[in-house]
Amino acid sequence: MKILTAPHMERCIGCHSCSLACARLVHKNLSWNTAGIRIASAGGLSTGFEARTCLACDPAPCAAACPTGAFTQRAGGGVVVRKTQCIRCGECARACPVDAVYLTADSDPHVCLHCGRCVGFCPHDCLEMRAVPGAPAEAAAAGGES
Amino acid sequence: MIRDHFRVLHVELGTGRGEIVQVDGRDRCAGGSGLAALLFSTYGLPGAPWDDPRQPLIFAIGPLTGLFPLMSKTVCAFKSPTHDQYAESHAGGRSALSLRFADLDALVVTGRAPTLSCLCVGSRRIELKDVHFMRGFDIHRTGKLFRRMFPGAGHRSILRIGPAGESLSAMACVIVDTYRHFGRLGAGAAMGAKNLKGIAIQGDASFPLPQGKDYPKLFQEVYRLLTDTEMMTKYHNLGTAENVIVLNEIKALPFRNLQCTSDPAAAAISGEAFAAKTLLRNAACAGCPVGCIHIGFVREKFMDPNQYLYRQVSYDHEPVFAVGCMLAVTDPFAALSLMEEADGVGLDVMSAGVALAWATEATEKGLIGTAETIVPLRFGDAAAYRNAMGHLARRENEFYALLGAGTLKAARRFGGEDFACVLGQEMAGYATGEVFFVSQALGLRHSHLDAGGYAFDQKQKEKDVVKAVDFLIADESSRCLLTSMVACLFARGVYTEARIAEALASVGYTGLAAAVGPVSAHIQRERWRVRVATGYRPEEICIPKRFREVVTWKGPVDAEYLERLQGEYSRRIRGMAEETPSPQSPASTP
Repeated sequence: MKILTAPHMERCIGCHSCSLACARLVHKNLSWNTAGIRIASAGGLSTGFEARTCLACDPAPCAAACPTGAFTQRAGGGVVVRKTQCIRCGECARACPVDAVYLTADSDPHVCLHCGRCVGFCPHDCLEMRAVPGAPAEAAAAGGES
Repeated sequence: MIRDHFRVLHVELGTGRGEIVQVDGRDRCAGGSGLAALLFSTYGLPGAPWDDPRQPLIFAIGPLTGLFPLMSKTVCAFKSPTHDQYAESHAGGRSALSLRFADLDALVVTGRAPTLSCLCVGSRRIELKDVHFMRGFDIHRTGKLFRRMFPGAGHRSILRIGPAGESLSAMACVIVDTYRHFGRLGAGAAMGAKNLKGIAIQGDASFPLPQGKDYPKLFQEVYRLLTDTEMMTKYHNLGTAENVIVLNEIKALPFRNLQCTSDPAAAAISGEAFAAKTLLRNAACAGCPVGCIHIGFVREKFMDPNQYLYRQVSYDHEPVFAVGCMLAVTDPFAALSLMEEADGVGLDVMSAGVALAWATEATEKGLIGTAETIVPLRFGDAAAYRNAMGHLARRENEFYALLGAGTLKAARRFGGEDFACVLGQEMAGYATGEVFFVSQALGLRHSHLDAGGYAFDQKQKEKDVVKAVDFLIADESSRCLLTSMVACLFARGVYTEARIAEALASVGYTGLAAAVGPVSAHIQRERWRVRVATGYRPEEICIPKRFREVVTWKGPVDAEYLERLQGEYSRRIRGMAEETPSPQSPASTP
């Protein structure tokens, strides 16, 4: 089981290719918001960029806060998302300590599924998929519904 | 988002109210440059002066913005203080994607705000905020406050002016997201005339993508070409500053107010030297994985014994040419400090550098002195030029007010027209010969990017006027298509006409895709029609004597060839402007 990490954000050029790829390939949107990874400048462009993405908590507070089971614990960290169960209450986003869950205007949550499809679009290798020690192999690698 | 019309937000600053306008014409004007010309035809007043509050300030994106890589630029159109005629200036940063995600094909601003103000727009927001307390603020302080006032880090664009824009200098630029600029032809003054210190664009909407396999497949192909091949290496590696050595070696690098076209000192301010000594990192426009923005640093001791501050400054070939080569400032850090100063006060660094180069030569020749320049100007004296930048931005006296209106205007008052390096506006950093000089002097944006005249000079040896002008017209037409999408022109090798048509079709613009050739020709004509309607007389453009004295690797410039080129290009421009659309042109299709 692997998780998405962003260990080299000091190399980031702010092109948003990762966010756009996630929105395009995973969520079928043109967006830099409805994505599992979002890039923000950390106080103006001169201070560089940060990635807002799921840090693969285990246990995940967003899953604990979800009242329906739309967010459930993913083996190795993070969550599996079942959109059909989501009632758009926004509790997941409020529970996330690092602002990794994006809510649309109608409270539709978007979070990283740790699928890794953004990684290849980073021109400076800021992102990496890393194995989680002790986690089971790729059993739930697809990360559930988007 | 993908629609057969344009969704335009028109904001009237006098009232602070906005209106969403549906504008027809997608299949004949495309977007970007074409849309800007269309909107100026609707909102502009060709005969009224540039600073008439009713004149529009237009920002337009294209049908492919955000959908494909490097479709990352915005076209700004306005009536220019430089020549009181229609003008375009282009910039990237996050402006294009922010407009896309604000669900706007264009923003049109008219009127004048009652107090110095900042306009904030988004997909669900229109707000005009009083910022009178920011009068005179430099662009750094302005940016910091705007970031606090308008949240959305990373997904918003902040356009702002400095003191130069507030003082209505024709050399004032609009700074976009700190490192990019609507640099030329005085866009900053057009904003200042509206009492607008800044515009914050919040990109807060998302859109469903077109169904089918064509779009993802083509996206992948384009992305691979841009990132896995050598096509963009130059821009990612040394950046356009790579040109310094190349041009110096072929005697085509303007140095010391174009008194010469090469200098051994060029090596000290080459792209290689900047990279080795000053380069901190690269940055990118949103939606572009190339990362051509090169950011260097300047360090300044502000207190003894060892108290320093540092600033980050973006550099390219053009600023290096303007404040490095033209002013003979051959220390990279000193050149960066001048770029930083120009940025801070909101001056177009190209125009400012070239103007101060003329002022320095005029000083050497005794035409002006410190009564005019306040600080004594000498080639190579970066400290003096830093001071002069502030005077120029604030139009400190009659001399700087005239110089800020344009070098030729100051030269007409004080003498020295012969050596004013002006080609429609202050020259760009190429002295490749006759075709480039005429291309910039007469081109719609008076930019080296209007057409590849500099490349034609380097490739063609014969002096064939018709062939040269045919090239300029055809190249301009192909660039019109790119700037209507709105692509970064660095990607012109990837975005051929066929690939643009394919891209348009893949996302559902089938009508536009089927007519890209006629559409680009139509846009080209429309831009010229609008420009001529605002008073442009290409045959009256003055190309100063200095350009006829230039010696390049090909030998001395041929003044007679230059004159014939100007005559023929003027005739062709007038022809395009006056051409009636044919029955087959996209203008007449329903």
